[in-house]
Amino acid sequence: MSNVKKFMYINNKAPYGTIYAWESLEVVLIGAAFDQEVSLMFTGDGVYQLMKGQDTKEVGIKNFSPTYAALGDYDINKIYVEKESLDARGLTVDDLMHLVWEDEDADWEEKDSIRVVTSAELAEILDQQDVVLSF
Amino acid sequence: MAAIEFEGKSYEVDEEGYLVDLTQWVPGLAQIMANDEDAVLTDAHWEVLNFLREYYEEYQIAPAVRVLTKAIGKKLGKDKGNSKYLYELFPYGPGKQACKYAGLPKPTGCV
Repeated sequence: MSNVKKFMYINNKAPYGTIYAWESLEVVLIGAAFDQEVSLMFTGDGVYQLMKGQDTKEVGIKNFSPTYAALGDYDINKIYVEKESLDARGLTVDDLMHLVWEDEDADWEEKDSIRVVTSAELAEILDQQDVVLSF
Repeated sequence: MAAIEFEGKSYEVDEEGYLVDLTQWVPGLAQIMANDEDAVLTDAHWEVLNFLREYYEEYQIAPAVRVLTKAIGKKLGKDKGNSKYLYELFPYGPGKQACKYAGLPKPTGCV
């Protein structure tokens, strides 16, 4: 298929307080129906979107963080997190949800979806994209 | 806003017949909704409805048809994880129709 494009969704805002994070996730899930090559990038406060143990009871907003675990079902298995953004917030990959995808060609073996990359590596990945959408 | 009357209670639905408050759902509602589309729910239908409810419980979304098909195949066997089987059960679209009966919103990614 020659018309498959590389789509990158950049997320750089905290999950609640604005609608960006949820809107981005919805666009990603809807876009996944079009069989494009999709990857996600989390930078800045966007890394908080992937935090473990989110609890939104006090703010009265739906906790949509369980939905990130469904991305693997939608064949989205390239989730990049910027190392510098984690470092600046005192976070490591262990503070994030463990997101996996199942490789149908390897007897449904579970593989990690999250890849921590430096900003220099991110720049290179960005350079390879056909479409970049920022939320 | 339209509503479904069932066992003395009123259940609000949107213009396409989807339950507005999904926490209200009770199993009996599924057949009432199915009556409108001349469908009789069998154990085979319920297998899919229960699967969808569990999926929503875990991920907080109704899966797209492609995702549903794959996941059903994995859980209930390849003979059920294909569009032919699912469309025979739910001719109006396994995502749309089954999600409605299961009290879930219309699937995200329903294009």
